[in-house]
Amino acid sequence: MAQVSKEELLHIANLANLNLKDEEIDTYLLNLQDILNFADIVNKANVEGLDITVGANEAKNIFRKDEVVEFKDTESLLQNAPEKERNMFKIPKVIQ
Amino acid sequence: MDITELTVHELQEKLKNSELTSYDITKAYTDKIQEKEKDVQAFVTELSEEALKQAKEIDEKRKAGEELSNLAGIPIGIKDIICTKGVRTTCSSKMLENFIAPYDATVMEKVNAEGLIDLGKLNMDEFAMGGSTEYSYFKKTRNPWNLNKVPGGSSGGSAAAVAAGLVPWALGTDTGGSIRQPASFCGIVGLKPTYGLVSRYGVVAFASSLDQVGPMTKDVTDCAMLLNIIAGRDEKDTTSVDNGDKDYVKSLKNDVKGLKIGVPKEYFGEGINSEVKQKLEEAIERYKKLGAIVEECSLDIADYALATYYIVACAEASSNLGRFDGIRYGHRTENFTNLKELYRNSRSEGFGDEVKRRIILGTYVLSSGYYDAYYKKAQQVRTLVMNEFSKLFEKYDVLLTPTSPTVAFDVGSKTNNPLEMYLADICTVSVNIAGLPGISVPCGVDSQGMPIGMQLIGNRFKEETILNAAYTFEQDYKFREKYKPQFVK
Amino acid sequence: MAKQDYEMVMGLEVHAELSTKTKIFCSCPTEFGGEPNAHTCPICMAMPGTLPVLNEKVVEYAVKAGLAVNCEISRDSKNDRKNYFYPDLPKAYQISQFDKPLCKAGYIEIEDDNGNPKKIGITRIHIEEDSGKLNHNEFSGGSLVDLNRAGVPLIEIVSEPDLRSPGEAERYLKKLKSILEYIEVSDCKMQEGSLRADVNVSVRKKDAKEFGTRTEMKNMNSFKAITRAIEYEADRQIDVIEQGGKIDQETLRWDDVSGKTFSMRDKEDAQDYRYFPEPDLVAIKLSEEYIQNVKNNLPELPESRKARYMEEFNLSEKDSRLLTASKYLSNMFEEAQSICKNAKAVANWLLSDISRILNEKEMEPENIPFTGKEVAKLVELIDKGTISSAIAKKVVEELFENPKDPEEIIKEKGWIQISDEGAIQGIVMEILKNNPQSIADYKAGKDRALGFLVGQAMKQTKGKANPQMLNKMFLEELNK
Repeated sequence: MAQVSKEELLHIANLANLNLKDEEIDTYLLNLQDILNFADIVNKANVEGLDITVGANEAKNIFRKDEVVEFKDTESLLQNAPEKERNMFKIPKVIQ
Repeated sequence: MDITELTVHELQEKLKNSELTSYDITKAYTDKIQEKEKDVQAFVTELSEEALKQAKEIDEKRKAGEELSNLAGIPIGIKDIICTKGVRTTCSSKMLENFIAPYDATVMEKVNAEGLIDLGKLNMDEFAMGGSTEYSYFKKTRNPWNLNKVPGGSSGGSAAAVAAGLVPWALGTDTGGSIRQPASFCGIVGLKPTYGLVSRYGVVAFASSLDQVGPMTKDVTDCAMLLNIIAGRDEKDTTSVDNGDKDYVKSLKNDVKGLKIGVPKEYFGEGINSEVKQKLEEAIERYKKLGAIVEECSLDIADYALATYYIVACAEASSNLGRFDGIRYGHRTENFTNLKELYRNSRSEGFGDEVKRRIILGTYVLSSGYYDAYYKKAQQVRTLVMNEFSKLFEKYDVLLTPTSPTVAFDVGSKTNNPLEMYLADICTVSVNIAGLPGISVPCGVDSQGMPIGMQLIGNRFKEETILNAAYTFEQDYKFREKYKPQFVK
Repeated sequence: MAKQDYEMVMGLEVHAELSTKTKIFCSCPTEFGGEPNAHTCPICMAMPGTLPVLNEKVVEYAVKAGLAVNCEISRDSKNDRKNYFYPDLPKAYQISQFDKPLCKAGYIEIEDDNGNPKKIGITRIHIEEDSGKLNHNEFSGGSLVDLNRAGVPLIEIVSEPDLRSPGEAERYLKKLKSILEYIEVSDCKMQEGSLRADVNVSVRKKDAKEFGTRTEMKNMNSFKAITRAIEYEADRQIDVIEQGGKIDQETLRWDDVSGKTFSMRDKEDAQDYRYFPEPDLVAIKLSEEYIQNVKNNLPELPESRKARYMEEFNLSEKDSRLLTASKYLSNMFEEAQSICKNAKAVANWLLSDISRILNEKEMEPENIPFTGKEVAKLVELIDKGTISSAIAKKVVEELFENPKDPEEIIKEKGWIQISDEGAIQGIVMEILKNNPQSIADYKAGKDRALGFLVGQAMKQTKGKANPQMLNKMFLEELNK
């Protein structure tokens, strides 16, 4: 069973773009380990030969026609932006 | 007559006979909100003023002889995870405190097309993650039966508002029990439809393969009526399915003779409160008396389903919640000098602890090295759970279990231990994992007067069967005539 | 050890934007340009609660591409999420395909550096969505996100590491581009970025069995840059190894100005994309019937066109191959041929003068400013004797500068061939009079003298005299 290390937790938090305060780390570690210990029960199930289930129904091939429908109200798409300029979302400078 | 104690089908009758106007009804509700909301705390956003205006408009249209739906002018409450154009949709999160969706969710379009009047957006656990509505960023909703108790969650605002008579009915969402458990805690009816019966378009995603919108109502008839409005294939949601325009109200036959009910013994064992167990046993006896064939059966997958649920739901949530990055909408930190800080600080400030905990768990189970052991295995176990249910539905029409192992608990009593809280979802999550329909109906109260819910599970797209079973029980048991929320302080 | 002891190993990951009308998961238009964020909607802007719906044309185009490069088409396919944060990726995941791509195990045939045929394996083709664009604002010091391109459909075509030289890489990419153009699934405009390649490069000693560690250069969008970058990067890797160093597996950025590669990503920010099946979309299960139908509607591909040209028009293998290498050139050939019925002449003009000018101007065939009609007219004018081939060359030059009906060009320029017997006679007499030495040479058996005389006549008439008539009359006069 996986034992979560502090380094791993910090790596995961980094992937998820979340900060963990020093005083939170131990609680998170404990909670995460607790839940994982429980979740590990899936490894005891007999699933030999079973496919994975992705969605809860068996629908397939549901497609859309290639027809343009323009969303006219661009204004409403930008109205929630914390910072914008010339109809674009402004962010700190990113060097590509 | 207290209008707010009437069911929607009763209101509809009175609208039809011109005994009441839409304004009378809406005003009764806004007055009730005025009176009780300070105790119940069910709303994130109240729309009383707009609602009254709309009610007047509808009355005028009706007077002028315009063709309207039978339900036009009846109010409704909407869980604050369903996008409403022009009205903020917060998911009870600081992250979306000021978010105004540029579009209506498909269920909202249907509600609007029916002429229902939105009374407001209802409180919930942040991003639907929780079972007590204590994880709302804004407020803790109280249980109308006892204000010191939680209403359940995550659709706790919806359940409490219906129970308290602040709205005649409401929409909730259910990912692992979020409609059924609060319905059970608040003594109302709550249905989680088969996965795919109701469009998810415009419902802020928690776990895409599990989420469903469903009705939360005073009785089963209202439940079937609201399901009629929201069900059906939506071309904007490829996972939604055509139900052939069924009329669910017609399925309410008040007859369970010959109905085969399976009672999985594993759901009545350890961890189930004895009073809950007792009320369920009484319900079973009632079904027998009504002519149903009830048998004990075995469904030994509850722990698997629960583990699978937390792996799958958190994995999907970790990905679904990535879009909240402080760029296009949502909370943006004031404290940043570069992109990484913008991301991390906005997300860390915008999300509450439980949401962060689940994002971290979800990120972990998807991360390289653990994917096979957790996520992939869970997806296989999901198949196993479905197969087990399928076997039972070869023999039974309905499975009967408690909705929750306990009644509503005290505010603040359970939130320190996440695992313990997750374990409380044991009765409901397997239904989501298998994509089945499940309904919670009140089947009694405990010695302290807190409601107890019975869960009826049906085979896929067999909503009619569980609705009829629930209806037949309700007609015989008459819960609403026996018990009423007391707003105990 | 020296450079020649090493072998380069390359694989290409080519991204082609599909030429559908709408985006992959929403109904926004894919057209270029427009105001920032004008081609967006709640879906491609990743508003909370929105869901994707797959465009049927994207599946069809990807299957077309797969069939055109000899792939197996998956009967059972699905979409997956690739999770990472970047401002041009609004959902913080890209919907792509991970373990069940639509197409796999194909190949393209190219020529190796010695002109021998060589198969380059294609590992897979999958569908995915493009990201938006970041604009950099020098004044306000920030970056600006424009999501017009977010959600434009792409196919990613991944090759096996079968390429062994920059030339092979270039020929592979050219062939692939040509095929995609033939089947009309992408306009493949490299400058606009609708075709771009990630190049994986490694080196190994020639007798080595294992591959070396590879580096990846992202988003290359010109053939020239690709060959230069490969050469530079292979040399760099050889240098590192020769000096006893190790190659880091990393992503590099090619800088075309300095001609160097640079490390791109923070190493501590190691990526972990956490792929998992996209729960918002249902499975893609293609029937035999569907695949057969796409196959039946596949346009003629370069290989079969080549064979047909050899068979139907008696063109050489080389000419047929060169003509069919570009859909545009090939279509021009067919158009011109169908009008003037002189396949050989049309092929010659396209492959000689027109191709030479394209080369000089560094133009692609799709940018030729005239059509097959003009080429047909040109050939007809030559065949009728209205112009000489010398004049025709000038007409071709003119067609590139100022495209219009060749007949009008020659009228305007006064380039109509002199075919009047009296006029030609006069010129012949004049040239003979001025070149007594050539007459003597001819009589002495030097046949070359005839050519010289004709040349002089052509020079004097600025190429307008009918060369066949000149030839004939000179011979008559000389043999008198």
